[in-house]
Amino acid sequence: MTITDERASNPAAGGADRPIGYGRIQRKEDPRFIRGKGNYIDDIVLPGMLHSAILRAPVAHATLVSIDTTRALAHPGVVAVITGKDLLGLKLAWAPTLSADVQAVLVTDKVRFQGQEVAFVVANDRYAARDALELIDVEYDVLPPVIDARKALDPGAPVIRTDIEGKTDNHIFDWEAGDAAETDAVFASADVVISQEIVYPRVHPAPMETCGAVADYEPIEGHLTLYETTQAPHAHRTLFAIVAGIPEHKIRIVSPDIGGGFGNKVGIYPGYILAVVGSIVTGKPVKWVEDRSENLMSTSFARDYIMQGEIAATKDGTILALRTNVLADHGAFNATAQPTKYPAGFFHIFTGSYDLKAAHCKVTGVYTNKAPGGVAYACSFRVTEAVYLVERLVDILARKLEMDPAELRIKNFIQPEQFPYKNKTGWEYDSGNYEPAMRLSMQIAGYEELRREQKEKRERGELMGIGVSFFTETVGAGPRKHMDIVGLGMADGAELRVHPTGKAVVRLSVQSQGQGHETTFAQIVAEELGIPPEDIDVVHGDTDQTPFGLGTYGSRSTPVSGAAVALVARKVRDKARFIAAAMLETRPEDLEWEKGRWFVKGDPSIGKTIAEISMGAHGTVELPEGIDGNLDAEVTYDPPNLTFPFGAYICVVDIDPGTGHVKVRRFIAVDDCGTRINPMIIEGQVHGGLTDGVGMALMEIIQFDEDGNNLGGSFMDYLIPTAMEVPNWETGFTVTPSPHHPIGAKGVGESATVGSPPAVVNAVVDALAPFGVVHMDMPCTPGRVWEAMQGRPRPPI
Amino acid sequence: MQIPAPFDYARASSVDDALALLERHGPESLIVAGGHSLLPMMKLRLARPEWLIDINDLFELDFIVRDGDRLRVGAMTRHTTLFESDEVRRLFPIITDAERTIADPVVRNRGTIGGSLCQADPAEDLSTVCIVLGAEAVIRGTAGERVVSMAEFHVGPYETSVAHNELLVEVRLPIRPRSGSAYEKVERRVGDWAVAAAGASVSLAEDGTIDHVAIGLTAIGLDGTVTEAEAMLHGKAPSEELFVEAGRLAALACDPLADQRGAIDYKRHLADELTRRVLRRASSRAAEAQEG
Ligand SMILES: Cc1cc2nc3c(=O)[nH]c(=O)nc-3n(C[C@H](O)[C@H](O)[C@H](O)COP(=O)(O)OP(=O)(O)OC[C@H]3O[C@@H](n4cnc5c(N)ncnc54)[C@H](O)[C@@H]3O)c2cc1C
Repeated sequence: MTITDERASNPAAGGADRPIGYGRIQRKEDPRFIRGKGNYIDDIVLPGMLHSAILRAPVAHATLVSIDTTRALAHPGVVAVITGKDLLGLKLAWAPTLSADVQAVLVTDKVRFQGQEVAFVVANDRYAARDALELIDVEYDVLPPVIDARKALDPGAPVIRTDIEGKTDNHIFDWEAGDAAETDAVFASADVVISQEIVYPRVHPAPMETCGAVADYEPIEGHLTLYETTQAPHAHRTLFAIVAGIPEHKIRIVSPDIGGGFGNKVGIYPGYILAVVGSIVTGKPVKWVEDRSENLMSTSFARDYIMQGEIAATKDGTILALRTNVLADHGAFNATAQPTKYPAGFFHIFTGSYDLKAAHCKVTGVYTNKAPGGVAYACSFRVTEAVYLVERLVDILARKLEMDPAELRIKNFIQPEQFPYKNKTGWEYDSGNYEPAMRLSMQIAGYEELRREQKEKRERGELMGIGVSFFTETVGAGPRKHMDIVGLGMADGAELRVHPTGKAVVRLSVQSQGQGHETTFAQIVAEELGIPPEDIDVVHGDTDQTPFGLGTYGSRSTPVSGAAVALVARKVRDKARFIAAAMLETRPEDLEWEKGRWFVKGDPSIGKTIAEISMGAHGTVELPEGIDGNLDAEVTYDPPNLTFPFGAYICVVDIDPGTGHVKVRRFIAVDDCGTRINPMIIEGQVHGGLTDGVGMALMEIIQFDEDGNNLGGSFMDYLIPTAMEVPNWETGFTVTPSPHHPIGAKGVGESATVGSPPAVVNAVVDALAPFGVVHMDMPCTPGRVWEAMQGRPRPPI
Repeated sequence: MQIPAPFDYARASSVDDALALLERHGPESLIVAGGHSLLPMMKLRLARPEWLIDINDLFELDFIVRDGDRLRVGAMTRHTTLFESDEVRRLFPIITDAERTIADPVVRNRGTIGGSLCQADPAEDLSTVCIVLGAEAVIRGTAGERVVSMAEFHVGPYETSVAHNELLVEVRLPIRPRSGSAYEKVERRVGDWAVAAAGASVSLAEDGTIDHVAIGLTAIGLDGTVTEAEAMLHGKAPSEELFVEAGRLAALACDPLADQRGAIDYKRHLADELTRRVLRRASSRAAEAQEG
């Protein structure tokens, strides 16, 4: 392992300082973004392309009585108006979700959430399409909605999914992990038991680019090209083949530059399907791009977990067991994206970073009249909820036992020699060394000094809080023996070709939404082959040009595709050895590798570089038997396990006692994601995730009124943080490589989003300790903090 | 992209031209100044003007001039200009305080004082500021000019006494000796509209007692000023006890609604808390002005 990483003098090297392989280099993709030359969905213009708009339901729950499209069709520029009835004819009115449910593409029977798709207008331009929406006459018969998830299972609750035969309630699933009896027994004999309802409210990924598609169906050959904002182009191709009945080899999905995903762009939305239908119906390419309100109101939300959590411990602070009962609000359709076996995602990693005697969790999923989804939003399949739960509970325990929250965590950590560690709910943690990360974080923070300052401030009536959180993530889904999404195994392919002059192209199955794949994956190949990253082109996002794989979400690209890329490069390197031996007229086993070249053992002056070998392979060198004339390879990587990155976060807040306003003063994040490929990109991911976490902790929530009106339908109402809300991030790292990953790397994309909300909330609650506050739910807006100070904290839902 | 309903557009070359255009295109035409209130409403189709009359070429309405004992501010003066003006900061620190909290630099670079006052959003900060400062609004129509007090100007939420075929051209702020003013706002996030805000202006008599005081509240349901508190403070020397009492009266005077920004009791609490804070700061600024 080469770590050229911490070049203090040159934080993102260029020129001679530029490392071959891992290290801090500037992102290869940035020049085009910085110069405005990115190619997003809305930049795509095809000849003859039509535009579209979706009519959305104004109410949350209503029977559809009638739709009259006459006036809209007469509007100048309108080419087609498609309704649910038309789709029924095409057998496209309902589409399968990623969770074995179905979702209406257009309403046929009943509206089930505000903002649901009711009709689709195709027109010559976007303005005509939008204007025509107002000319569609729809009659609704409003029904009482189910908004409060706590009441969804009440016997008298209106049944939302009347489309499912025999359905008489709003229940979706019950799921559990761990041993209930064993856990109950530990709880029964524990000195201390703490129970707390902890709510993780519904939030939205809110990527900078909203969702959209350009569908181009070519009727003569029957080819569909679909440009889409998707995090998983290959999975979408297969699903489109199944849903639309178009043979898979005639479908090409292109995911161009994507302006942020965060899980929002994993599923297949009605808009994508409607664009395809529109193109089939009109014979022209059709563009659909949703606006901000549509994105916020109808696409996949995240979280919405009401968790009753309990922790059992001894008097001296040994944590014994955890148990929880969760009510999960999945909205009107169960469209959450996660491996089939796990309807609550990876929530059962709620045992966190602690060595427990027992644990049990039960999750109940319910339907409500809200937008569907519950998808991974920078959360590694609900690890966010899990970490938030355990990290809040541990803090409450620390308060109860009057122990320092950092020391209580350290006392209970899984010890380095216990790895690989089997937890009580079925995970095998690959590697970890938690205490050094926690200590480093405390050292950067000046923890003791902060506590001293806090004590002084408290005496003066000032409210300062210090919040600690320690998280273990589980990312890199996943081993095909355990995981699939709608029957597709979660492996990733990679193809590498070295051109005759020694430049290379690597083709990935994953797709970047801003994570810097074009740089990171080039660096992995560079490290393995010893050719500079700028000589390696990274191709991704086009199913015609890349091998099959399941896409980018759940921090899986480096753990899965990163491994595939390292292995494919090693395959090329091994092949190069045979060709070099032929060129040097020696035996392969007499050659030794140094970065970039094979040379004769004992005589380093005689050797061949990758470029020379490639020219030889493609040239006239007499090749050994069984070696063909190229320097190409491909692999499909099935990860043996997930990877388990971890981190120690400390947040310092100051609260205005008169207004309840929270200011995040400092935030220290120590991350361990195993081998670090490009530290600058890692830091970028961490900075983004921390900002996200501060947003969720302090302001983000999608609320509904009792009629089911979405109160977060614009950025005026759905707040996301700005640079003004966040401090200068103080980051640090430790390196504990993954033992099973070819280069020891673990994912990092979501670590900070997972780890930061509990640090912020723990800090807020810590600041409010003088008021006797032991818990308050997010978002910690000034008004809600003030209520907590008055001794009446409120759940947000 | 959020798409407004169809509209036509004309660019006015002078105040008279703007008035003529308004006259010509009738009641379905609207002035656009900075556009930062109107355009978002159009995109959500909450506003659907048939014509937009753009007054961004009317540079003659973009000015800040001192004229004897008043400061004259043109309707097209941008938030940024007000925020960065030293003269404004010296004479009316309440404006600088308020501008610091209004939206973000992008909005402030375009948004105008005229648009802010004409929008008359209950959470709009400059309305409170102008009420507290006892401003007068100069309104021009084809028939001529009239000058109204803020009480007359402000009819209700989103409603002013500027008729459809009139233009707000200027805001006049009286300059009082030995004065100080201040504004403070609580927001959920920088750039968010106020959960609640308060503004105060205090002028001292030569003996240091309060000669004139005005207290205004934003976003929590108070038209005009907190007159009970003003009457209570008048003629007395500023003190913490008085501010506490004024805060109590402000909390009683307001009539907030519960929403995502906060519950009613919290907003009432803020009326109290923020009133005390702005009175404290305005008084100490007035005392400084007296010494200086
Ligand atoms: C993201 C965002 C956050 C914001 N936050 C705040 C905030 O925290 N506090 C705050 O106070 N404001 C806030 N604003 C509003 C901002 O201050 C606007 O600029 C201001 O309210 C309107 O000014 P404008 O020049 O943009 O008016 P416009 O949008 O152009 O016009 C508003 C209305 O006034 C009319 N009008 C404009 N000028 C005249 C005139 N001279 N005569 C007659 N009628 C006229 C228009 O016809 C229209 O009806 C925010 C705006 C945005 C977009």
